Amino acid sequence: MTRILYCHCTYAQVVPKATKDAVLEKLCASRVNFEACADLCEMSARKDPALKRLAQGNSIKIAACYPRAVKWLFHAAGAPLPQDGVQILNMRVDNADTICATMESDTP
Amino acid sequence: MSGGPMSASITIEQDGSTRLIDAADRFAAVVALLEKGSSLSRTIGLNGSETQQVEIIRVESRSAERGEWKPWFPVIDYARCTNCMQCLSFCLFGVYGVDAEKKIQVQNQDKCKTNCPACSRVCPEAAIMFPKYKSGPINGDTVSADDLRREKMKVDISSLLGGDVFQMLRDRSQRAQSRFSKERDADKALKERQKCLAKLAEMGDIPPEVLMALPSPEEIQRRAEEAAAKAQAARS
Repeated sequence: MTRILYCHCTYAQVVPKATKDAVLEKLCASRVNFEACADLCEMSARKDPALKRLAQGNSIKIAACYPRAVKWLFHAAGAPLPQDGVQILNMRVDNADTICATMESDTP
Repeated sequence: MSGGPMSASITIEQDGSTRLIDAADRFAAVVALLEKGSSLSRTIGLNGSETQQVEIIRVESRSAERGEWKPWFPVIDYARCTNCMQCLSFCLFGVYGVDAEKKIQVQNQDKCKTNCPACSRVCPEAAIMFPKYKSGPINGDTVSADDLRREKMKVDISSLLGGDVFQMLRDRSQRAQSRFSKERDADKALKERQKCLAKLAEMGDIPPEVLMALPSPEEIQRRAEEAAAKAQAARS
């Protein structure tokens, strides 16, 4: 089962508020299980062990920012993302409808 | 992500205790937790009798309160990095170091100056990202051929200025000091310093407060030499 991780970018607000709120609202209103973090950058800086757990296991969809940044933030925390089964959705660029539609789709 | 009926209430598990909230307040509760720096997981299942939906929001961890620290630090894209050590030579604040295999790494994130992307500007491969920066490719956006050309051009400009932006700063400072000592005009001195700093800030998009906080020219020289020696040792 594909897991979902949502980043709220609490500490810098570079993700448009309207987009992240709409994505989170839809996640909350859905019946899917998901994980949400305050700020992926902050977790990476702390080398939060949760990142290792998230990087391992089943496929995962990450709603955050630029895929290149997310990939290397995990790497910097000693929790490299696997080559397959990871889909990074960019809330800085794509709108909430696009993000949610991708999260609903089956392909990891 | 649509589905059947939602639960009427939600259990929030935090710090070993539980509390119930109305399901209608779910979004507000989740936002409030995230804004306070918490990470959480939401799971939905059926209760033992499989007649009622159970929704649990488990608060996993809590980091620093918002506003205590903006997570601003360089993130290296090792798919692009050539280990040239320009970043190590350039950074005066000891953010970079090398591992046992002499591979560049970010060692002291907390020493990085908030909102300063200067080291990413000197990277010839656009391999240094600051995910919270406003524009690409520094923010992690895809690196285009144009971006790469611009990055290389910046390095060339730096070379034309004497190969070392800190040397340029030192020279400017010395010239200014000499002029000011003759003129003995504090206002003029301040204006000249501000002009120099503004120019340097523009070149590297360095926040003025970072430049104003730079140490004395002698200390800059000492740190620059130290960083260059570290880079040299890593290359050899």
